[in-house]
Amino acid sequence: MTTAYESVLDADAISRAIRRIALEIVEQTGGAELALVGIRRGGVPLAKRIAEVIREVEKKDVPVGTVDIALYRDDAATALPDPKIGPSDVRFPVGGRNVVLVDDVMQTGRTIRAAIDCLLDYGRPRRVWLAVLCDRGGRELPIAPDFIGRIVEVPAGKKLAVELEGGEDRVVLIGKGAAT
Amino acid sequence: MSAHPFKHRHLLAIEGLDTVDVLQVLDTAEAFFEVSRRPVRKVPTLRGKTIINLFFEASTRTRTSFELAGKRLSADVVNISASSSSVSKGETLLDTCRTLEAMRPDVVVIRHDASGAAEYVSKRVQCSIVNAGDGQHEHPTQALLDAFTMRRAKGKLEKLVVTICGDVMHSRVARSNAALLRLFGADVRMVGPRTLLPVELDKLGVRVYDRLEPALDGADVVMVLRIQRERLQGAMLPTLREYSRTFGIGTKQLAYAKPDALVMHPGPMNRGVEISNDVADGSQSAVLDQVEAGVAVRMAVLYLLTGESGPVEASS
Repeated sequence: MTTAYESVLDADAISRAIRRIALEIVEQTGGAELALVGIRRGGVPLAKRIAEVIREVEKKDVPVGTVDIALYRDDAATALPDPKIGPSDVRFPVGGRNVVLVDDVMQTGRTIRAAIDCLLDYGRPRRVWLAVLCDRGGRELPIAPDFIGRIVEVPAGKKLAVELEGGEDRVVLIGKGAAT
Repeated sequence: MSAHPFKHRHLLAIEGLDTVDVLQVLDTAEAFFEVSRRPVRKVPTLRGKTIINLFFEASTRTRTSFELAGKRLSADVVNISASSSSVSKGETLLDTCRTLEAMRPDVVVIRHDASGAAEYVSKRVQCSIVNAGDGQHEHPTQALLDAFTMRRAKGKLEKLVVTICGDVMHSRVARSNAALLRLFGADVRMVGPRTLLPVELDKLGVRVYDRLEPALDGADVVMVLRIQRERLQGAMLPTLREYSRTFGIGTKQLAYAKPDALVMHPGPMNRGVEISNDVADGSQSAVLDQVEAGVAVRMAVLYLLTGESGPVEASS
């Protein structure tokens, strides 16, 4: 038995998806009073990438922040809390802005719920949008993304991994199986 | 979800913690530090948890700091001070704690004038106990917030030269700080009148001085302790004025330390006695940074102790 990797998105596909998401964000939000907030940790590099594309295409800087949801988890009192809490870092006024929350993978929606709660502690945005690179379904809360890179089916027993830092960008399904 | 949960159910003393424990508190506090600077200074993490602050000694800053720490984590916080409680009617410490425990708190923060009070209680109740100062023994959260402040200012704890000045004998702050700094290999020095230096100081692994100049030479941190007038009995000090002349930290004395030395004081300060106005309000003073750090560090302690990440209890 070895670990098998099945490619979902390669570096080029990821790059195109990020580009498309960035353009859709500008189109739909109008690009005014825009800010991106990455959800730690997977959403942070993605938010930076989207901001880079917007800077390149629209010639304007979009502020990028990060939120850490550890303190906002709905299972904080019952599950093992993460003793390693990362910092949330939102240095621009959130009030009145179009804020796009960014995450790499969306499943139940609970992380997004926590991230929205965290974001609202910084102010009252005009509107909160949601961009995800992979939507794997399995919602447990009525939350839907506005911008999606790819809808991914994840078979039972497999894990979805998004790698955007260090080495080649890739999205893969990881599962135990014979080497291919 | 971490493989490394906090190992302790209580925080009673720095003695008994290792560097991993201390760094876990300090790193967690970094995340909480930011919470207190947000527009909404509250996170929902400890919703539904109950914290009781049980203070048998007068305290403003420590009690307020613990209270805000609990409230900013959304815990329910109850303050009890001895003067207004049934302690004044003759109830024993243990009965008081058992009574409170029956109301199912998650944490009891206790300050008491008897050394060892927090540990005594911790062995007889189920909830987590945090020592907020017990007699002349320890004040662990003060040492943690001091370490947090030093680390922020100096970037490290290792190899720092820290001079603790004044009434070391009565100071649980000095004892906890020495224990913590020694873990990181800091050079800890203590200076004060011989009558206020306990005899067994060598056991703490600190160097003892009876003159300020050599003690402060090359210091990265100058920690000034309060002359605890309420604890001074008999002739430990001739007069406060003489103390101030010999051991008070003013601009001239501070110049013996490194030019960028950090000045710390656990408060409340006796201005003009152990510290001059110039130094207390000077650019090197970290006194208010210590207070700000206090809330973050206590949030971290409450968070780490109340999570199910603590060792699982066998009982109930």
